[in-house]
Amino acid sequence: MNVTSDTAEKNTYELKAGLAQMLKGGVIMDVMNPEQAATAEAAGAVAVMALERIPSRIRQDGGVARMSDPVMIKEIKAVSSIPVMAKARIGHFVEAQILEACDIDFIDESEVLTPADELYHIDKHPFRLPFVCGACDLGQALRRIHEGAVMIRTKGEAGTGNIVEAVRHHRRIHSQIAALKGMDSMHLEAAAAEYRVPLALVIETLDMGRLPVVTFAAGGIATPADAALMMQLGCDGVFVGSGIFDAEHPEKMGKAVVEATLNYADPAVLCQVSENLGQTMKSQTIESLAVRYAERGD
Amino acid sequence: MRSEGIRSARANITKTMQEKIVGVLAVQGSVVEHERVLRQLGHAPRLVRTVDDLRGVTHLVLPGGESTTMMKLLQRFGLWEVLQARFAADDIALLGTCAGAILLSYLGLGLTVDRNGYGAQQASFSAGLQSEQFPDQRGVFIRAPIFTEVGDSLRVLATYENVPVLVQGGRHVALAFHPEISGDTRVHEYWLNL
Repeated sequence: MNVTSDTAEKNTYELKAGLAQMLKGGVIMDVMNPEQAATAEAAGAVAVMALERIPSRIRQDGGVARMSDPVMIKEIKAVSSIPVMAKARIGHFVEAQILEACDIDFIDESEVLTPADELYHIDKHPFRLPFVCGACDLGQALRRIHEGAVMIRTKGEAGTGNIVEAVRHHRRIHSQIAALKGMDSMHLEAAAAEYRVPLALVIETLDMGRLPVVTFAAGGIATPADAALMMQLGCDGVFVGSGIFDAEHPEKMGKAVVEATLNYADPAVLCQVSENLGQTMKSQTIESLAVRYAERGD
Repeated sequence: MRSEGIRSARANITKTMQEKIVGVLAVQGSVVEHERVLRQLGHAPRLVRTVDDLRGVTHLVLPGGESTTMMKLLQRFGLWEVLQARFAADDIALLGTCAGAILLSYLGLGLTVDRNGYGAQQASFSAGLQSEQFPDQRGVFIRAPIFTEVGDSLRVLATYENVPVLVQGGRHVALAFHPEISGDTRVHEYWLNL
């Protein structure tokens, strides 16, 4: 239905950031087919991430991981009433153009896929769709925001079921923002130079005492407790990749993670939702990994 | 004399503050944005996540977000039942933006909505609205619902391209757009004074 007039403004920063703001407090789940998308929505997901292989399987398979088949993305969009996201490779602006043509709602420029460009991320400003990008420190987060991302997530280590990297990235960003508070203008300028972003963006971050965009946790969330941990640390919401559909009971796990994200500060509810969830996804220590996705894309 | 006047003015302020306990449903979505608007209007809103939190709240904002997610969580944690009962007893004033307006239609405000009626994110838009009550109101519509039918008991307070986007019924207000994103406090103020 096309009922907007010619004077309406579209695809503005306010509208892109606005969608990210509507997702706050929610859980975004990786799904590989329409059935999983329906399960995710029924569990209470706030959006779904359509991708052919969840990160744990990308790890197993190795090789080059690319954007998913548009047919698969469109099938998921067809059954979803919540926003649909999909991943493009770092720097692969043509994949992003294709995703935009699929008329989904959000693009994740993701290190989980094999990077296409070792120097540059996508210039996200010209796109009509909003972007989310991963970061493991303040410099990466601010560079992505400067490039046009309206949402940041921790990189974590996707597909491991190990929360330690997401915690590390969140804490690092947090302490780097705290460090700005003690800086005079000369040091702030030096920080901006070090982070390779305009001084104004550093000052905005300092004034807000947080990243100036919606910030989610991602990479390694495998249980309701993991989700609540990231929420208590101050994240605006969580992405769960392999944690749901590689669990023994995806429906139960999905519901439990959603309920834990809402009641993140209530241990009694957390205890209740953590009961009888069955096997979590097969997990890995960081030391045992052949490839660390978090090292991709600076 | 003068100090007495101040004292009674203070008492009046305290009285109105006591009469109104304003809350924001904090299940998910544009919670802090609504909180910010309410603070600008002099309120210290309570964040409502549980049935206990809702107790005593006289004015509740249903924020923007994902209506399916909110609905599921409200039902699972028993809030929906309480909201339904209090809505039916006219025991609470509700303001719903976008997803919140969809919840209001489910509660029985007399509003029929087409969820995401304008389309996916690329159809999101902002535009000037037609409104006598709120001149120069700009509406921010994000994957917004279209109000397809508005019951006779409702007053249309703003339209966009001849489609109602802001309606009032009793002490309830439903909006297809997000004044909490554009930062316009007038609709909240109007609602608080109904």
